[in-house]
Amino acid sequence: MDAILFLTFAAIAVACAINLVLQTHPISSALSLVGVMTSLAVLYLLLGGSFIAAVQVIVYAGAIMVLFIFVIMLLNTQGERTQPKKNVLPIAIALPLLFSLIGVLAAIVATQVPAGEIVKFGTFSGGDPLTFGRAMFTRYLLPFEVTSVLILIAIVGAVVLAKKEI
Amino acid sequence: MNFYIISLVKAGITAGVLLTFCAYLVWIERKVLAHIQLRPGPYRVGPHGLLQPLSDLIKLMTKEGVIPANVHTFFYLFAPFLAVALALISIVVIPFGPEFSILGVTTGLGLTDLNIGILLVLAVSSLGVYAIALGGWASNSKYSLMGGLRSAAQMISYELPMALAIVSPLLLLNTLNFREMVVAQEGFALGFIPRWTVFAGPVPQVFSFIIFMIAVFAETNRVPFDLPEAETELVAGFHTEYSSLMFAAFFTAEYANIITVCSVATALFLGGWQPLWPAAYGSNFVPPLIIGLAGLMLLYHGSQALKSRRWDRFSFPAIGVIFLGLAGLFFVPVLQPVLIPFFWFASKLLVLIFVFIWVRGTLPRFRYDQLMKFAWTFLFPAALINLLITGLVVALTS
Amino acid sequence: MPPIPTVVPMSWYLILSAILFTLGAAGFLLRRNIITVFMCIELMLNAVNLTFVAFSHQLKQVDGHIFTFFVMVVAAAEAAVGLAIILTVFKNRQTLEIDEVSSMKL
Repeated sequence: MDAILFLTFAAIAVACAINLVLQTHPISSALSLVGVMTSLAVLYLLLGGSFIAAVQVIVYAGAIMVLFIFVIMLLNTQGERTQPKKNVLPIAIALPLLFSLIGVLAAIVATQVPAGEIVKFGTFSGGDPLTFGRAMFTRYLLPFEVTSVLILIAIVGAVVLAKKEI
Repeated sequence: MNFYIISLVKAGITAGVLLTFCAYLVWIERKVLAHIQLRPGPYRVGPHGLLQPLSDLIKLMTKEGVIPANVHTFFYLFAPFLAVALALISIVVIPFGPEFSILGVTTGLGLTDLNIGILLVLAVSSLGVYAIALGGWASNSKYSLMGGLRSAAQMISYELPMALAIVSPLLLLNTLNFREMVVAQEGFALGFIPRWTVFAGPVPQVFSFIIFMIAVFAETNRVPFDLPEAETELVAGFHTEYSSLMFAAFFTAEYANIITVCSVATALFLGGWQPLWPAAYGSNFVPPLIIGLAGLMLLYHGSQALKSRRWDRFSFPAIGVIFLGLAGLFFVPVLQPVLIPFFWFASKLLVLIFVFIWVRGTLPRFRYDQLMKFAWTFLFPAALINLLITGLVVALTS
Repeated sequence: MPPIPTVVPMSWYLILSAILFTLGAAGFLLRRNIITVFMCIELMLNAVNLTFVAFSHQLKQVDGHIFTFFVMVVAAAEAAVGLAIILTVFKNRQTLEIDEVSSMKL
């Protein structure tokens, strides 16, 4: 059951990622990215991270991507025009490099990760909100406060940058 | 294997009951609004308009589904589907009643028992913004785009006070699991005050309840926050260009969202399926009393039927007898542990839905800038202060 | 038909993360719309998040989840400021193609 769920959602994630890279209109790319994020949330659930899966959907897919979609809709973006003379050279160099990068990374992973390590749903139950909250507010309290200041800076910066009169 | 079969059966029953209830919620809303406005409402299609949802459904199904010329077809067709799918997913975690055993199977009255139930409801409501924004944008019309974006901005603005209002009672209940939340609210303080979150604990969560109800009025795009879909403002907002079944899908999604948020409020604030006063003082007789009274009223009205509606002379007493039989079911000891808690849950849910419809008939709507200002300058600080006070009192008394 | 395994080795999660990261990097280098490039950056961040959560499962500690949380927070802040910059660029140049915003090129 674990393997079926993993294979299904990994296939959905890769398909949405390929769709993201290949689509011309930004809205289709944005929705493909939302698809990637929600299937990754399911994979986090399989890995025992129930809290982080919920946070992924609420924050990443439900707030950050909504911001992207707002900007795309407001700027009334059209799809990318295809170039009059399609340049084959970048793609001819990029695709083999791409596949070789995937191959190298996969080889590193396959040789370095211990072989018997399996992921079974239920073996790690430390991703629940209780454990997460305890660790966050005792051991990682300083990074937590620093990120709240970071968000404040980001809010002020975004408001200043997007104002009408500057 | 047993688990899958039970889950499938429960899912089928829940989906059927929920969709029928959505359709009849339209009838309830039209009748209640009509009586608030001193008019009869749907009256002709079936007794007291009870078959009106059926005729609405037939009308919407047989209308021509016009797809305008320059829409982005995939998103235009995907948005209503997404709206309905998301609206129906959140019902999965709501518990309707306690665990019971029937035919040797022990199962809870509710589809699942997620440990992060309330986070799933928040996540699905965050994703619900996409359905509206996409529906508005894909229609390739300026009214739809403005309505869709306004509605989406309103929904994400009110998510924050809603989340903070949800966190405050969680400080008292100490769990994110809906079933454990309801179980933690059982028992009675001083013998007769129920230990619901609005009444109990070191700090009664009255303000959280009020803030939550205001925030979910905005989340579900209901009056007084329904400017993005008001008829006089933007034609019909994001669903201007939709017709027939796609429009029915958006409609169904809105009513399913209302049922979901009222169920969440019931489980979180009003004690789920816990009764209002202890069973020792006779609260087990309230359900058969109410349903029996309804049956007796139907028998009476059946005998007083008008000459012009002779069919009422037979149908009303027949349904009255059915109601009396239902009231009798509440005395069967095998069914009591299932029916009585479900009755309390359903009655609290219906009271909250009635409040939704009552507010629709009573209040005028906010202008859009008033709405956004209210969210960011009043409701969000109020929710924050409420959370701070609750957290302070809980930390000091435990 | 090869037998479908019943357990999932850890390396599959890492390979999936590698694939997503590489697709994000490819999109980042090959696309011409600023917003799509930005979304490929988010895809790369998501791939890294998956790696963190996978290793957190292997080491049976929650610290990987916490780091993922911080990555998400930083991605949110970056998205807000980045989109504000994109809006300003659009207001000044009326275009969203990175090839045309090249006045500082040598």
